[in-house]
Amino acid sequence: MSAGLVLAGASYRYAGALGAALAAVDLRLEPGRVVGVAGANESGKSTLCLVVAGLAPSVIGGRLDGSVRIDGVETAATRPHELAQRCGLLFQNASTQLSNTTATVLEEVAFGPCNLGLPAAEVVERVWWALRAVGIEPLAPRDPARLSGGQGQLVALASVLALRPSYLVLDEPTSELDPAGTRLVAEALARIAGETGAGILLVEHKTEVLAHIADDVVVLERGTVALSGPAAEVLADPRLVELGVEPPAQVRLERAVRAAGLEWSAALAEAIE
Amino acid sequence: MPDFARRIPVGRYRGLHPVTKAILAMVGAIVALGVRGWTGPAVVLAAVVLSGALAGVLRRMALFALATIPLVVSILLVNTFLYPNARDAIVTVGPLSPTWTGATAALQATMRVVAFGMSAAVFALTTPIDDLLTELERRGLGRRGAFVVGSALGAIPRMVERAREVVDAQRARGLDTEGGPWRRFKGLVPLLGPVILGALGEVEERTMALEARAFTAPGRRTLLRRLPDSRRQQLARWLLLLGSICLVVVSLSGVVKLP
Ligand SMILES: Nc1ncnc2c1ncn2[C@@H]1O[C@H](COP(=O)(O)OP(=O)(O)OP(=O)(O)O)[C@@H](O)[C@H]1O
Ligand SMILES: [Mg+2]
Repeated sequence: MSAGLVLAGASYRYAGALGAALAAVDLRLEPGRVVGVAGANESGKSTLCLVVAGLAPSVIGGRLDGSVRIDGVETAATRPHELAQRCGLLFQNASTQLSNTTATVLEEVAFGPCNLGLPAAEVVERVWWALRAVGIEPLAPRDPARLSGGQGQLVALASVLALRPSYLVLDEPTSELDPAGTRLVAEALARIAGETGAGILLVEHKTEVLAHIADDVVVLERGTVALSGPAAEVLADPRLVELGVEPPAQVRLERAVRAAGLEWSAALAEAIE
Repeated sequence: MPDFARRIPVGRYRGLHPVTKAILAMVGAIVALGVRGWTGPAVVLAAVVLSGALAGVLRRMALFALATIPLVVSILLVNTFLYPNARDAIVTVGPLSPTWTGATAALQATMRVVAFGMSAAVFALTTPIDDLLTELERRGLGRRGAFVVGSALGAIPRMVERAREVVDAQRARGLDTEGGPWRRFKGLVPLLGPVILGALGEVEERTMALEARAFTAPGRRTLLRRLPDSRRQQLARWLLLLGSICLVVVSLSGVVKLP
């Protein structure tokens, strides 16, 4: 049995759709590592998340070819509540992820662990751990229906963490966050990968975030993998712009410096960091 | 677990266990509607006013009472004027002859309806739906049932809010908020479309979200909240329920004549 989340030749077509939303995708996510996913709109990033987390096709139908394995077990052969503990998914739209039946953020984050029927003391301990990991302990008594977009996203992230999955799939977790919030989440994710050994698949438009915490980066184009490899290499690839992905500021700066005929040095790169 | 999540209800009446309060409301209904004569409704009305005062909801109960007015008026009119075979007319004006028998029966029926309505009102005003669902789930209500009821009731305030947003959006776009109802409705159509389609599209995503949060796991869910209950309260509520049923039986059988 091999550890890791592995897609081999995975193709997926939505129910009723004509073309495939994902075509022959190969991808590997090891425990404790962060793999970034970038790509233009409609390139299949969210679809990849649903397939990796096993919700497509098991919950929404459609057709999956190829294999998706988590630690050696085919997701198609795993029941949804077990999958939820192996691979947690944060949806692109955080508000649909909240249960809408709880009075406080604390209970909202507890929703998943309660579903598992864990002892109450363990549920409460997990909730505080998750809230602390995301840095939102002060939100615990708040009404989940009255949060800002960014706060809602952080609560949704904490809710996923509270299930303590071995792998995390996060679909644009910082889309509604300001720069400070984005930095906070990025640091939290890096810490979680390091401390808990969770593998993280991170869909992110902000390539600075990927440059900061991703080990590897995959760039999708119309459902296929256009680029993949170590983060530094992929994010410096000249084809990035054609693929609809904006390179990180540092890469753009380096290009501008070189284009102006100036010397780009390691010392300069460090100073910018 | 912190107090804000435990949310223990406090107060002489509010602090009672939700099941106790539900049974008290049920007992109120049984006695008000089932016991013959004036005793049933009178006792319930007195009890309801007392518990409403203890819980500090008398003012809001009065609003509930207003809602029963149409029913009360129709009962009064129908019984006073059309009571079958009553001969003791109060006055006779042409074909109309209200009777004393009818008026008395009408008053009693009205008291029953109001007493029943108010005992339900006391329950509704003192028991958060969340408390009741927690206790029902503890007593075996399935997680799906609890979720459906909880999210449906939770959705009502949100729908009201959304409807208000739609109307505001309509104003902001300079659409007719004056004019006849048909014109106003036509103005709403382009806004309602997205609202409804959006809600439908969300169903699939919400289903996935529930699966992703292990909602379909087997066995019982963990219930974090536990509302205080006591042996005394348990005993008292079942005795009350039993007692009220006995009272109805006794009263209907005519063994004991109650005023
Ligand atoms: N539920 C669905 N049914 C049918 N087709 C879908 C569905 N969801 C997405 N698609 C299609 O699949 C393709 C990939 O969409 P996806 O949502 O994965 O893109 P994305 O990369 O996440 O885009 P974005 O950056 O906008 O989030 C698109 O062509 C889209 O129209
Ligand atoms: Mg997407």
